[in-house]
Amino acid sequence: MRIALFATCIVDAMYPATARATVSILERLGHEVIFPAGQACCGQMHVNSGYFKEALPVVANHVKAFEEDEYDVAVAPSGSCVASVKHQHPMIARRCGDAGLEARAAAVGHKTYELSELLVDVLGVTDAAAQLGSYFPHKITYHPSCHGMRLLRLGDRQLDLLRSVGGIELAELPEAEQCCGFGGTFSMKNADVSSAMLADKTANICGTGAELCAGGDASCLMHIGGGLSRQGSGVTTLHFAEILASTAEHPAAVTGDVRLTTGRTAR
Amino acid sequence: MSGTFLGMPSLPVFGTGNLHEHEPFPKAAHRELGNAQLRANLGHATRTIRDKRLAVVSELPDWEELRDAGRAIKESVMARLPELLEAFEANFTARGGTIHWARDAGEANSIVAALIRDQGADEVVKVKSMATQEIGLNEYLEEQGIAAFETDLAELIVQLDHDKPSHILVPAIHKNRSQVRDIFLREMDGVDPGLTNDPARLAAAARAHLRRKFLSAKVAVSGANFALADSGTLAVVESEGNGRMCLTLPETLITVMGVEKLLPAWEDLEVFMQLLPRSSTGERMNPYTSLWTGVTPDDGPQNVHLVLLDNGRSAALADEMGRSALHCIRCSACMNVCPVYERTGGHAYGSTYPGPIGAILSPLLTGITAEENNSLPYASSLCGACYDACPVKINIPDILVHLRGEDVDSKRGKKKLPSQMDLGMKAAAWALSSGKNLGLVEKALPLGRIAAGPDKKITKLPGIAAGWTQSRDIPAPPGQSFRQWWNKEHQAPEGAPGPYAPGTEPTGPQPTGTEENP
Amino acid sequence: MNAREEILGRLRSALRDTPAVPEVPRDYRRASGLGEEQLIELLTDRLVDYKANVFVEEAAAVPQRLAALLEGTGNYAVPHGLAETVFAEADARDGGSGRRLTDAPGQRLSVAALDAVDAVVTGSAVAVAETGTIILDAGPDQGRRVISLVPDRHICLVRAGDITAILPEALQRLDATRPQTWISGPSATSDIELERVEGVHGPRTLDVVIVRG
Repeated sequence: MRIALFATCIVDAMYPATARATVSILERLGHEVIFPAGQACCGQMHVNSGYFKEALPVVANHVKAFEEDEYDVAVAPSGSCVASVKHQHPMIARRCGDAGLEARAAAVGHKTYELSELLVDVLGVTDAAAQLGSYFPHKITYHPSCHGMRLLRLGDRQLDLLRSVGGIELAELPEAEQCCGFGGTFSMKNADVSSAMLADKTANICGTGAELCAGGDASCLMHIGGGLSRQGSGVTTLHFAEILASTAEHPAAVTGDVRLTTGRTAR
Repeated sequence: MSGTFLGMPSLPVFGTGNLHEHEPFPKAAHRELGNAQLRANLGHATRTIRDKRLAVVSELPDWEELRDAGRAIKESVMARLPELLEAFEANFTARGGTIHWARDAGEANSIVAALIRDQGADEVVKVKSMATQEIGLNEYLEEQGIAAFETDLAELIVQLDHDKPSHILVPAIHKNRSQVRDIFLREMDGVDPGLTNDPARLAAAARAHLRRKFLSAKVAVSGANFALADSGTLAVVESEGNGRMCLTLPETLITVMGVEKLLPAWEDLEVFMQLLPRSSTGERMNPYTSLWTGVTPDDGPQNVHLVLLDNGRSAALADEMGRSALHCIRCSACMNVCPVYERTGGHAYGSTYPGPIGAILSPLLTGITAEENNSLPYASSLCGACYDACPVKINIPDILVHLRGEDVDSKRGKKKLPSQMDLGMKAAAWALSSGKNLGLVEKALPLGRIAAGPDKKITKLPGIAAGWTQSRDIPAPPGQSFRQWWNKEHQAPEGAPGPYAPGTEPTGPQPTGTEENP
Repeated sequence: MNAREEILGRLRSALRDTPAVPEVPRDYRRASGLGEEQLIELLTDRLVDYKANVFVEEAAAVPQRLAALLEGTGNYAVPHGLAETVFAEADARDGGSGRRLTDAPGQRLSVAALDAVDAVVTGSAVAVAETGTIILDAGPDQGRRVISLVPDRHICLVRAGDITAILPEALQRLDATRPQTWISGPSATSDIELERVEGVHGPRTLDVVIVRG
């Protein structure tokens, strides 16, 4: 299968390891990955902040970038960006009166998958240790980001993939389904409420005794990780793609205060 | 003379009354967040009710089918609202009821006051009603020398404490049992000084306090949960029996109801009376529901009135994207699952309607541009929990985003300096609307690494971004972006097979992490 | 323009885009196949959950049950349409019908009189087992709405044949235009810390006698 990677702007610029891990996973499964060069961003920050006019060129760029190459499916390691591509892009085109773009955006959206959705539903990955050689000997917990959970209905796909990683220990996160408080510009416009939500999320994470919190959305992970860092918790965040890509020979590097200890068996 | 020939009003006419934020939401939220008692009470109460709701909803095998039916019924009501109102009016009137139409809060208030005066009464008993709170009826009646006694326990608590409701179902959700006892001891005439904070004892005190009022009241004021167009029937859903008292004992009953509360037919009630109790109190059914159709000779009030209220509903209806907010049946499930509401409580929203539904309904009723009511649509992280919980599937997150767009667009026309947010969004639109531009911006990533310093984190940012760094760090950016890495790795000569073709690339993962290769 | 015309005009104007009137998908349950014993069991379970007292009796045993329930109470109210025979045993024990006050057309009990009785005994129109709901529609055996409201204890007779499983089945048996009271347990409130307390303004005790046959 020829798979077009939509890295997403935040992963491209801030968390390139997540995109590289995505490429690695897909190639290990024997698929060809391409990176449409024109891509930039899904535009959800503009849309969610009400800047529809400013969102239009961002949306148009994404649609154009993902029309230029031949591929079977597109994938992004982000639930919220995929939800934006699928749901917001046609809406923005419609609101701006561009019926042609609306149809094209819907076509691109139709071919776009969130990473766990692609791995489980299309590529048939059920056992990451066996099929990908995934090995990650750490105690982790997992936060299901809102848009993946509620807009894409990803269910337990990410969690099930993580459970099948060799050496991993998963601690259940209390009140996992509560939003971490990121919400894009909400975190700045309503910084106090956002911080209160974050404080409860980080307290729940730290309460699990996990070394790190995994998730599927780099922006939420940056938010949670930023809070954990500020609190000096020693706990960090990591995208599930990096955990799936991690092997005994090539372990994932973990940022923050957690030091990697390879070859250790699960406790 | 028909209104049609006088020309259709084309501009929306917005609502008035208790629908406004009193200060921007972030400011109000900041204050409420500082109230530890409030946080504790709200956290306990919303968690309790969330669990109850989930338990009774999961019992029903056809919950999603009921939600789909509920949404479709409400959609059809909105599409046919004028004709359904006329049908309701004809049926209600034929059975001895009297209908009054009120364009706004002020008109509704004066209609109600005049009806009370007609009975020579200077006091009324009231059943909990969002519509009368919206129009500020109690305050108006007080100015007119008419005392209005709230009879719902929570409303009574709030009224005795000279406070405001903070939740549409449990108005005193922000008070715990000890606070309630203190209010009763302070404000309730003839209360037992040995009153404890046991909820059963507190409920008994309320019963004793209100009993005489119920048995002697001449006029009652209520809201209505549903109105059936095909029969002219009204319904009130309640728990304590205070509703039955008000709807049955007084000679005169005045009901105030928003025009959107209609249901087309009797069979539609079977949908909503399954959706509402489970969504609101988390019960299979609420203890009492009363239905009446005009006047029943020899049974209940013989002088029955209904005030049909617009107060901005026609304006909300005119908003194609926002009109489904009028589907709301006031169950409050959205606020019980909302992480923002759970932390700020209802007062931070200013309006009678708090929480996620209030954040869309209030500005739709008042207009987001004509009035200063524009911070509410931003009072959400768009997590979507409200949409999942809504029994009539109102897509609250989409309407929040729609209203944010209206707000941003309304300011474009005004000649004033662009805000930091405006400028940031413009710059970001440039950077994010082409791969080339984003690639250029990414060339500056090493600057961020310098800013981050040896700790590899950024802890303080200026301007609106300071909101972020008040509680979170930003990690040092990577030395190279993914795009830069990809381009280096995939510089294949024209026509040659791509180096990333399966089997030609080392399959092990590259060292990963935002930590760049040393 | 008067308010009525103006509001209707505003609403019509708001609907200029003539939104579609959707078909209502009624794919939810509208009938059930529960038998009488299952219905009685389910209704009992749900009523007990609401802290109502439930007694299941053969028709012939109802007079004994009512006599027992009324043992030791003072006056009680009844609607005129409730068959006197159900009180035969109570009357026998009392040596007459002296405790019983009947609310009848032309002989209405005052609110003060109702406030002074210890209990009211009524029939019912239909019940919904799944939700533990008993519906009164002011029929002759149920009386005016006020009589089942003011007394502090409500003893309610439910014929087994009037029990439906789910709400849609119950509504098919009712006339919307009759004054209705749907009762699901004794009056209750959850207004203080979401803790349910039975017994506020409505009857604080609800006794339900389910009558077989």
